[in-house]
Amino acid sequence: MFEPVLSFVSQVGQRSLQSVREVGYLAALLVEAFYWLLFGSWRRQPVRLRAIFKEAVGVGVNAIPIVALASFATGMMLAIQGIYTLRTFGAEGQVVLGIALSVTREFGPLITGIFVAGRSGSAIAARIGTMQISQEIDALRVIGVNPVRYIVAPLLAAMLLTLPALTIMSDLVALFGGALYCAGELSLPIGIFFERTFEVLIVQDVIHGVIKSLFFAVIITLIGAGNGFNVSAGAEGVGQATTRAVVLSCIAIILADMVFSFLMSR
Amino acid sequence: MNTSDLAIDVSHLITHYGSRKILDDISFQARLGEIMVIMGGSGSGKSTLLRHLLGLHRPTSGSIKLLGKDITRLSADEMYDLRKNMGVAFQGGALFNSMTVGENIELPLREHTRLDENTIRIMSRMKLEVVNLAGFENLMPSELSGGMIKRAALARAIVMDPRLLFFDEPSAGLDPVVSAELDELILMLRDAMNMTIVVVTHELESAFKIADRISVLDQGRILMSDTVAVVRASDHPRIQSLLNRTPRNEAINPEAYMERLTREIF
Repeated sequence: MFEPVLSFVSQVGQRSLQSVREVGYLAALLVEAFYWLLFGSWRRQPVRLRAIFKEAVGVGVNAIPIVALASFATGMMLAIQGIYTLRTFGAEGQVVLGIALSVTREFGPLITGIFVAGRSGSAIAARIGTMQISQEIDALRVIGVNPVRYIVAPLLAAMLLTLPALTIMSDLVALFGGALYCAGELSLPIGIFFERTFEVLIVQDVIHGVIKSLFFAVIITLIGAGNGFNVSAGAEGVGQATTRAVVLSCIAIILADMVFSFLMSR
Repeated sequence: MNTSDLAIDVSHLITHYGSRKILDDISFQARLGEIMVIMGGSGSGKSTLLRHLLGLHRPTSGSIKLLGKDITRLSADEMYDLRKNMGVAFQGGALFNSMTVGENIELPLREHTRLDENTIRIMSRMKLEVVNLAGFENLMPSELSGGMIKRAALARAIVMDPRLLFFDEPSAGLDPVVSAELDELILMLRDAMNMTIVVVTHELESAFKIADRISVLDQGRILMSDTVAVVRASDHPRIQSLLNRTPRNEAINPEAYMERLTREIF
């Protein structure tokens, strides 16, 4: 009669062990990717600038339209809700402060992170997973090319470069969205909106968001690549890895965001 | 046999997959300039043996000496240098799908040499000529037929003029004419470039045609490793059944059978 309990406990144990192992694996992947970025040329395997730029276009530049659209809508949505809420206190004028702070500290990085995770986290997992099952990863290794150096390191560098830039763009577009709504609803000229925004914002607010985006860049790259490398069985495996990469990186981004915001707002 | 003219010297290799023993005390040698065919049925462990010869897995025990160096004990840097002398053509080709055929073949040169662009182009075109794929460098791997993929993979494997060439299942999935052409190509490469070539296959005809020596693998053990004539004349029942394509009829050991059925059941 203890058997169900026992098997439950052993399942919980195995799951936890697996998670710990996975976190350890991702940490090792991170260290290795940084190692190749920093010391690759010394080990005769440099991470090539061309590869980094190519990835930067893929994960960064091509994400501009979708991130801009989402940020614009978010800024406008914040203005709508802000004015609606503040109207109860007759303090609609304060909406600029609310939008400015919440966009730069929270929504800019978060929207950017989630959208890049959806776009690129899945693409990274699918690409590496497919390479794994078609033996392309093995082919790289026997040619003498370290797959982490060749695939993961340029991706990580590209993410670390483009995600902060995308975040700042997202900040500006979201503010513009908010400004546009305020111009219509409160007859607040767009120029005045931005003037007051830059009055209340301090550099730390923007930096706060940018630092978050660096963490998100690491999360998206590692979870995408890690799931890709662990694919072992066929097309179904690639599909599972892709789904898992997106879900896990979105969850990890939101959790990391919460922890970071908590620590930095005290 | 003088150890200095051994290209491959495997001794007492034992490997496990999880708790299952895959290779059991494998020992065999191949001399420089020789074509060694590793032959065995499905599940005989020949793919696993190849992966170990390529240094893609760590064995449980035993040593694998390639060109006089024990790859189970080499540092990453020494392995990196050794890999420049090894070429591998995988069963499915394992061409990088995101690159053209030409870029695939150029990759080892780009990674290991500092040759200028034009020299790299010319050298890769020379290898395409060798495998009769001249003019195909701008196609993508997905646009090639099965036989062309194998030949392109062969071109990539020999682009660095390696001293050791590994070829996994050259005739699998090809019609008899194309696979006969590949056999000719392998013989020609050995004669023209004096490579030591290891071919893993289950095709008898092709094995007898190209091999200097054959190692017959069965259930993770080497049944024999000798010249073609000796293998042909062998009266070992398993080798005979491989040669004559007779199904195996092993007597079942009842205790082992029960053990397998009830293993890991509580």
